[in-house]
This record gives sequence, structure tokens and C-alpha cells, in this order.
Amino acid sequence: MYTKDGEKYFIVDAHIALWDAREANLRNVHGKQFIDCFYDYHRNLSPESEVWSYDEYLYYGTERLMKDLFEDGYVDHAIFQPALLGEFYNNGFGQTEEAFALAQTHPDKLTYNHCFDPRNGEQGLDDLRRDHEKMKFKGVKLYTAEWHGESRGWKLTDPWTYRYLEECERLGITNIHIHKGPTIRPLDRDAFDVADIDHVATDFQGLNFVVEHVGLPRLEDYCWIATQEPNVYGGLAVAMPFMHTRPRYFAQIMGELLYWVGEDRLFFSSDYAIWTPKWLVEAFVDFQIPEDMTEYAPLTVEAKKKILGLNAAKMYGIEVPAELRLPEEDAAPATGPRDPAAADVADSPLATV
Amino acid sequence: MTEDDVRHALDAVLDPELDEPITHLGFVHSIAIEGADSPAAPTTVTVHLRLPTSFCSPNFAYLMCADSKDALGEVPGVGRVVVELDDHHDSALINAGLAADAGYLGTFGHEAERDLDELRMTFRRKAHTAAMERCLTALFRGNPDLPEEALGKVRLADLPTGRHTEALLRRRAVLGLPTTPDAPVLVDHEGRGYEPVEVPMALRRARATRISIDGNAHFCRGLLRTRYEGAGAAQAPRLDGAEPADHHHLLPLSALPFPAKEHQS
Repeated sequence: MYTKDGEKYFIVDAHIALWDAREANLRNVHGKQFIDCFYDYHRNLSPESEVWSYDEYLYYGTERLMKDLFEDGYVDHAIFQPALLGEFYNNGFGQTEEAFALAQTHPDKLTYNHCFDPRNGEQGLDDLRRDHEKMKFKGVKLYTAEWHGESRGWKLTDPWTYRYLEECERLGITNIHIHKGPTIRPLDRDAFDVADIDHVATDFQGLNFVVEHVGLPRLEDYCWIATQEPNVYGGLAVAMPFMHTRPRYFAQIMGELLYWVGEDRLFFSSDYAIWTPKWLVEAFVDFQIPEDMTEYAPLTVEAKKKILGLNAAKMYGIEVPAELRLPEEDAAPATGPRDPAAADVADSPLATV
Repeated sequence: MTEDDVRHALDAVLDPELDEPITHLGFVHSIAIEGADSPAAPTTVTVHLRLPTSFCSPNFAYLMCADSKDALGEVPGVGRVVVELDDHHDSALINAGLAADAGYLGTFGHEAERDLDELRMTFRRKAHTAAMERCLTALFRGNPDLPEEALGKVRLADLPTGRHTEALLRRRAVLGLPTTPDAPVLVDHEGRGYEPVEVPMALRRARATRISIDGNAHFCRGLLRTRYEGAGAAQAPRLDGAEPADHHHLLPLSALPFPAKEHQS
């Protein structure tokens, strides 16, 4: 919980990881390239005081995770979103067993989500059923740019993905987190394209599709899809830290998201340990759309409460203490732009100088 | 044949996704010219390119490398061209493909289906959409009494001269859209205009596209500076989407190695 100016915020961090990128776990040069890329994201967008050393970043372990999130970071509940990266790391990048065990020890604080790869075919479907029987997860994190033998990417509209999503419906795995990456098969296409999410959101209306990074670097395509599909949500991982380095850009991202998607379908995510939640929560509660950006409505305390925790708590059935709730709203998420009156094209003078 | 000639030829190579020359983004890592002073041997130009991360999309990376090789091959006096991509997860694959002039299909083999034309076209259309939005937003800001629906009737001749309008005309020419003074500004990628009632939504979508491209461009530029110390000195400022925090990374305008007119794309 975070308290500021008499307001109390229930915090759900909807995207965290427990990874191991130490040398012994690197399968090849790509494992090193991958963690170096993450480290550059971390160094580029974090305030100087929050930058870790490279060695700390390679592996931080469960104790530090618990401290960074729940002691220092104001987080009430966090959700593991594992990335396997089996082609880059001997024992995978995300540490499945360790994360699952930690979530078992602290069920009030941690939720474990799993992952699948549709290219594993029938065997993968059996594994999904067996893993679900054991772990009882409600969500999966899918990384479409995972390398797998000769293939380096897949789409949600691939026939085998449909088989897996049908299985998810049957098993009650309702929360499908999607992370787009730089490779796809064939390479002719834009790997970051989110159009396939439009199709599955229509075909699987009983599932929730949470698009990580709110579609970045394809924010515009994500907004257009989410505005039409009530079961498409957005995770704010990667977008959040722009508050620090490029606040006017962050204001425009939030302005667009609140207009197209609305405050009920956005989740706070630190993407721990790429960034740590403490400074993100503090900065987000303090954040306001600059006054000269008159085309965007202000970010209200109520919207911040929903985004920082109440929206994800609702999707995952996480108990929120009575004093931290908002008056109950049962309406289904709406579609269409939220504030057509503010749809003028005037923009801030600074944004295009 | 000088390094400036090489750099000038590379000015024509755009990052398709960010709609900026690779020379402005700091993606040219090094230029070497051999044999320029010996009339007997052919001049060899070797260019190394670098990108903000090892995991930048390989299809865009390949396009920029192949376009660089093509652009340098057309420079008078150049005998042999070597283009290599540094520090990328597909460096070995792409560099081998470039050395053998294997083309996209030959470079990526089973991962490639046909070509990258559609990918390139998608981003040319986005670049046009963003350029169009910048022009109309600037016009609207200068004429706050103009009803928003009226922006659908604005013609190219109504736009003030300046870098936004010049950029729009270039993007239109690339898509084969008319550039005559009477042509309407607000059109889709096939040149179709909008009914008055559709205008606000069309502009709103165009704005999201412009914010996205500007944001990505500044993020990629920042990552390159984080990855390669001193890379900021090789970047020309991007005016679109710039904000105060960007400036301390960059040299003052007067100290830039490029003529001012080159900053207009």
C-alpha cells in the first residue's frame, strides 16, 4: 500500500520476473546479448539513484525480490510473468521452480503465471494440462518472439495457438498476457504487429488478453484494437519509466490510452527487475498531464487507484481491504473512445518544436 | 572520394521504422576508404553499422544494411562496397548475406517467405500519416477558430512553407499521392479524403501514429547513447517529439557536423 496526501493506494505489480542470467546459465552469446539489452533498458530509463550494478542485475534472488517489492516498493501483490528463453539459457531465463515455490510460500503476496509455446504441439498441450493440474495458475505469459529450433517467432492466429487457447478456456486459464518481440515467422512481416490480438480477442471472448508494454512500439495499433475489443487490456511495463526521462511523452501515452482504452483496462507493471516499483509508484501518484496539453483530460486519483492495483486485483480475484476499494462498479468494460469532446487536434506547443 | 561523400550517400538510407536517415540516428559506426589515391586499384569502401540493441528487429536491420550497400554502389568512383552490421544477434547471418549479395530470401532462407516490400510500405504509410498530422495540427494551432471538421478541406496550397510541409510533400511523393497545390491534405494512404463527420477521428488516429513514431525514435536514440559511449555526438537532433530532457545529451545546434537543411526530415 502507498499513502500520499491522505489517499491510500492498493498496489498490484502485474509484471515481475525472477531471472538468472549469470554466466553459468548462458547457453550461447544470445543469452548475454539478451541480458545486456535488458540492462541498457534499465540504465537508460532509471533515475541514477536506482541503477543497479551489472552483477546485481544478472541474479538478485528471492530475498532481494521480496524486499524490493514488498518492503521498499509499496507492492501489495505481484504477478510472475515468466519468459522461458530456452534457446538462450541452460535452465531458462525466468526461474519457474523458484518463482512457483515462492508464490506457494506467499500466496497472499504472489501469483504465479505460466507460459506455453504452441510450437510444442500435442506434447506441449499435455504439459500445459499437467502443469496446470500441479500449479493451478489463472494466467499465462506468451512471448511471440521466443526462438524454437529453426523458428524464431509465431502468431496468435497460428492454428496450433488456437488449440492452446481452446485448452486455456477449458482449464479456466482466463488471463492471457501477450508480449511481442522482434522476430516472427516469416520475417517478411512486422514482428511487433498486434493485429493477431484483434482476431483472438474476437474468437475467444471468454479470455482476457493483456497486451504487455501497451503494444509499444506499436502504441497506435494497440489503441485502435483495444478501443474495439472489451476483453483487450494493457500492461504499462516499459511505458511507466518514461515518467522520469521523458515526462511529456509519457503524458501523451497516458492521454492516448485514457482516450482510446479507458482507465478500467490498464495495469501498473514495473517489469521488475528491469525497473523497481518504489520510484515508479511514487512518480505515478505524483504525475499529472501538463496543463498546456489541453487535449487530454487530467489523470484523476480514482484513475490512478484503478491503474495501480484495483484493475488487476479485479481480474485476478485478489482481495482488496475495504478501505482501499472504490465504490463498486459492475459495468462491463466499455468500448470506443472515452472522451470524444476532447478530440481536438490542438497539441502542446512544445511537443513538436 | 572522401568520408563526406560516403556519409552523404548514406543520408539517403532511412530507418524505415523511425523515418530518419541512419546518419542522423548515429547508426554509422565507422567508414573506411581504401585505394582512393591509387588509380590502378578499385576504391573499396567499408562501412560498419550499429543499432541500439542486439535485439532490434532483424528484418529492419537487414533493410538498412542492404539499402546502404545499394546507395554506396551508386557513388561514382566506388569499386567495391563492404557493409557490415556490428553487435547484432543476426550479425553473422546478415553480413554473410550482404557479402554474397544473397538478397533477403538468400540471407534468411527458410525464415523468409517472399520479400520485405509490404513491411517497408506499412512504415512509409505511417510516416505519411505522422507528417500529415504535424502539418494539420500546426495549422489548427495557428487558427484556433477553425472548426475541426474544416481541416478535411485544407489543401496543400493552404499550408505554410517550412519543414513540416516539405516533409509531407516528400512522404506523399514516395506513396505516389498528388503533390499539386489543389490536393487535399487529409487523405488515407490511397489518397481518399474524409467526410466532415469522419475528420476528428481520422486526425485522432493520425496523432497516435505521430506520438508513437516520435516516441520510438527518441527511445532508440537514447538506447544507442547508453550502449555506445559518445554515440550522442554522431546524432543530429530530432525536432519532432523533442523535450527538455533530450537536449543535454546532444551538442548545441551550432556545433553539429551537418548542414542545417539536413535536419528537416
